[in-house]
Amino acid sequence: MSLFARIALSLALAFLYVPIAVLVVYSFNASKLVTVWGGFSTQWYGVLFRDGPLIAAALVSLKVAALSATIAGVLGTCAALALDRHGRFRGRGAYTGLLYAPMVMPEVITGLSLLLLFVGIGLDRGIATLVIAHATFATGFVAVVVGARLKGLDRSLEEAAADLGAAPARVFFGITLPLIAPSVAAGFLLAFTLSLDDLVIASFVSGPGATTLPMRIYSQVRLGVNPEINAASTLLIAAVGLVVLTASWLTGRKGAAV
Amino acid sequence: MHANTVHPEQGLRLERVTKRFSAHTAVDAVSLDLAGGEFFCLLGPSGCGKSTLLRMVAGFETPDSGTIRLGDTDLTALPPHRRPVNMMFQSYALFPHMSVAANLAYGLKGLGLSRAQSAERVKALLRLVRLEGFEARRPDKLSGGQRQRVALARALAREPRLLLLDEPLGALDRALREETQGELRAIQRRLGTSFVVVTHDAAEAMALADRIGVMERGRLVQVGPPRDLYERPASRYVAGLLGDVNLIDGRLGRAEPGDLRSVETALGFLRARGEGAAGNPVVVAVRPERLIVSGAGAGLPGTLAEATFLGDRIRYRVEMANGSVLRASAPLPAAGPALSVGQGVTVAVPPESARILPA
Amino acid sequence: MSGQAWSPARAPSQRLSQRLGRGLVRGLPLLWLALFFLVPFAVTLKISFSSPATAQPPYLPVLEWDGGLEGWREFFEALDFQNYQMIAADALYRDAALSSLSYAALATAILVLIGTPTAYAMARASARWQPILVALVIVPFWTSFLIRVYAWIAILKPEGLLNAGLLKLGLIAAPLPILDSPCGVLIGLTYAYLPFMVLPLYAVMSRLDPSLTEAAADLGASRARAFFTITLPLSLPGLAAGALLCFIPMVGEFIIPDLLGGSDTLMLGRVLWSEFFSNRDWPLASAVAVLLLILVVGPVVLFREAELRREEATR
Repeated sequence: MSLFARIALSLALAFLYVPIAVLVVYSFNASKLVTVWGGFSTQWYGVLFRDGPLIAAALVSLKVAALSATIAGVLGTCAALALDRHGRFRGRGAYTGLLYAPMVMPEVITGLSLLLLFVGIGLDRGIATLVIAHATFATGFVAVVVGARLKGLDRSLEEAAADLGAAPARVFFGITLPLIAPSVAAGFLLAFTLSLDDLVIASFVSGPGATTLPMRIYSQVRLGVNPEINAASTLLIAAVGLVVLTASWLTGRKGAAV
Repeated sequence: MHANTVHPEQGLRLERVTKRFSAHTAVDAVSLDLAGGEFFCLLGPSGCGKSTLLRMVAGFETPDSGTIRLGDTDLTALPPHRRPVNMMFQSYALFPHMSVAANLAYGLKGLGLSRAQSAERVKALLRLVRLEGFEARRPDKLSGGQRQRVALARALAREPRLLLLDEPLGALDRALREETQGELRAIQRRLGTSFVVVTHDAAEAMALADRIGVMERGRLVQVGPPRDLYERPASRYVAGLLGDVNLIDGRLGRAEPGDLRSVETALGFLRARGEGAAGNPVVVAVRPERLIVSGAGAGLPGTLAEATFLGDRIRYRVEMANGSVLRASAPLPAAGPALSVGQGVTVAVPPESARILPA
Repeated sequence: MSGQAWSPARAPSQRLSQRLGRGLVRGLPLLWLALFFLVPFAVTLKISFSSPATAQPPYLPVLEWDGGLEGWREFFEALDFQNYQMIAADALYRDAALSSLSYAALATAILVLIGTPTAYAMARASARWQPILVALVIVPFWTSFLIRVYAWIAILKPEGLLNAGLLKLGLIAAPLPILDSPCGVLIGLTYAYLPFMVLPLYAVMSRLDPSLTEAAADLGASRARAFFTITLPLSLPGLAAGALLCFIPMVGEFIIPDLLGGSDTLMLGRVLWSEFFSNRDWPLASAVAVLLLILVVGPVVLFREAELRREEATR
């Protein structure tokens, strides 16, 4: 690697991590001010754990994330299978577009239009609408992750199973699914964190009693830097780091890579 | 596992099987009859349609027209998992998440075997391919040759009436390939199962098959025992595919005694075997090992341009009077003076070894 | 022989259940996305032609399903273009649209400049380091967007870390007003979307045959020339994918201008948000959404075409 490339890479990584590091370091700051280091303290974590509304919001978020990631996992896997295994069916281009569009669509549009639909059909806003909204925009991400694995899968494995007398259902559950399972799990985790992270769409489609963690955090950080939020952020970053490690381990495992 | 007796009524019968991929006709009206217990090779370069034909017999592709029958059963509309036919894949397609034993047992489900019978069958298969003790291994912990044998055993597990093998030795190195050819033949003889092998390697096809079917751009152009195809090819394509051959353009002349015809070529008059109307443009095909090159003898005059030592043989390139080149090969002379490059030589073309083919 | 394992008689029913399975696999996501992605757009489009009202829901007309043909006629007669006329007449919306596009374009350009060398360095790193570097870029991508944007407040604000550091070094005499300025928005956009630019670029660059640049060097090209004549042209698909993946959501970005841009930063996402949440003008918010959608639809179509072409090429 040339010196220039090395420097560029180091700067980019520093750019990515310095703000996160600042956040983590100042969550242990005894002082409430950013520029003053008041000594090491875990007091903000104590404040955090006594913050009832914040913990309630976190629980709502976890519930919504688990449900929506499950739906997105099923839908995204189905879509990836359809795109990879059904050949050039009619409307394939439109299908791909419909699948990927929610991934890049500005969240304000997705959020607003989903809310208008829910109001139009008289669906009460709450956990259910949050789950539907998050499943909708996460499906494409799952499809991308699973699709990448399917593309790399030797098609003759499934043919061999059929050749050996396995009916399509047995081929799918005995061969295809176990071989793509790591990517399905990784897709699920991605959908889970996307749901956990979403502020904009949730703000539109949630209702009274269904405040998510990002909504709660947003209402606090609008007022400025808040060490309690730093502490919450640090915990979230640690959790996400763990999830990413798990996911990359899942998708990179040798046995699954053939 | 018991040996099958040969049943002609259990043979494979293809009738005008055709497959198109959009504008391209991959397999064009192929008809073929195989006896039960036969070892058959489909030979051709890549893209000639041989793999597509194999995949239609296995059920992975559906013919656009034509029928595929095995004995009394019409296979044409059956899905792959309902065909009494098994396939050994070019990539082996061993299930990476299952042990060797689980791979071998995969096809046994639904055959109505008890657990003990299944285990017994797996054991017999391992014995057949000399892999006893490997049952718990994962495919990625096997060598290339071992994987090849697991793939073969797995395809034989259901005791198919017909086994399809797609380039079964393609992934092996040369030494292992020759050894495995013999093994494959031995297993086929012992089980009596019909084998259809797809290969692009003529030497392999000749070493393995009872009969070879040569494919050219989707069509089955000649079928016969290896020696027939080698010595009596029907076209210059088949002649060239099965081995090195000299092709000499000419015009068909009169009939000669002993079923021979004379051919007028740029090198002079030749006599060869074949038919056709006098005056037709033809080509005379003769294998290098049939040409007799000598320092002073009867034959066509030329100059020795090159002599290559190949160990057991010598290969000659002889430049003829008109500038064309004939390739010849001969066993190493036991004694006597060798021919030297640049000297004048004569090339004799034995009429009974020269074939007249359409131009 | 155990040829009895199969039975032709069962084939037709097998075919039917197989077709059913395929239909379900393909149809389920289609149905879901049609219902919760396409239909909502239609609803939004419809409401953008309605008028605000102090009612629940807060717009008129509301279609009465049991009104029959007459009801439909009345409904369509009540629709009008007043929201779009307002958007066209008020400079606020035009400025917001232009400024959204400029912010997104400028940030995309900066991302290309930063992302290309980064992705190149990652693709050139040793095989042992590459997965680690990829993970390092992915972790922020998975980490909460909101939190990562929030982290910059502490750095950029007048009494924040950046100004404190610069003051201490004597580089500036008074704190720079970076937070609540266009500069703050650009930093935020660049930061938040960097992984979206680097990852597609890296995906393409890491698959390039290294012997191509070796051949270029062998033929006398300098490192720089090999990069600009070989690596970069071959990486264009990744560059295009990355640029669109960043540009489109940035046009409608809300969190970054809201937290880092101060009250003067105009972007369409933010205008839509305040029309909806502060003014409770749902029809106008819908009209802004339609405008925003029109702005991003072009790039979406381009992105899809590029995706399809790439898929075609790799098949």
